[in-house]
Amino acid sequence: MNSPVSVLLFGITRDLTGQSLLSMSVDQEARVQDLLDQLYQHYPKLADIKSLLVAVNGEYAERDHLLTSKDEIALIPPVSGG
Amino acid sequence: MIAITTEPIDVASALQNLQTEQAGAIDLFLGVVRDNTKKRPVDRLEYEAYDRMAISEMQKIADEAHRQWPILRYTIIHRTGTLRTGELAVLIGIASAHRADAFEACRYIIDTIKQTVPIWKKEIFTDGEVWVNAHP
Repeated sequence: MNSPVSVLLFGITRDLTGQSLLSMSVDQEARVQDLLDQLYQHYPKLADIKSLLVAVNGEYAERDHLLTSKDEIALIPPVSGG
Repeated sequence: MIAITTEPIDVASALQNLQTEQAGAIDLFLGVVRDNTKKRPVDRLEYEAYDRMAISEMQKIADEAHRQWPILRYTIIHRTGTLRTGELAVLIGIASAHRADAFEACRYIIDTIKQTVPIWKKEIFTDGEVWVNAHP
């Protein structure tokens, strides 16, 4: 069974994919790392980014964090505020 | 007070919000758009934020600063959108009884914002553009 998740993209990740919101289909019980692997497959250029973090529901998430279809997921490329 | 805004940052009203009779020191840090990066002329900066998370991360930083220093009032305002040379990108204001705490808390807040808060800037040069920090 697959479940749909949506992913917000900012900064360089938006430029590299040409999208600010992606709808992805991930396996049930998928973790952050599984989603990243899928994204890298679709958008190999994302691998050029120095470091890519993932936020789930507005909090930084570890690679083994379990995803659900209700989550608000965001890719967080290296920040550069200030 | 913590805010993300597309409007120009109003320093006078931020200062007014920081003033309190117990405060003997108010420290203001202003981050300003510079006209060059390593001598390459900058035309403008484009800032964007994941607003919801940026606010909550800034709140965490302010809470931590509160734990470490006796802060009376604080203000953190970050601007987003297109900014020209000389415009303010960020304002950090700290009011405390004595100056050492205000200086230290202010520095802690701006340094940590640069590390953890999901805000991004793209430098637009006269001959190209780059997302800051994004590439090795």
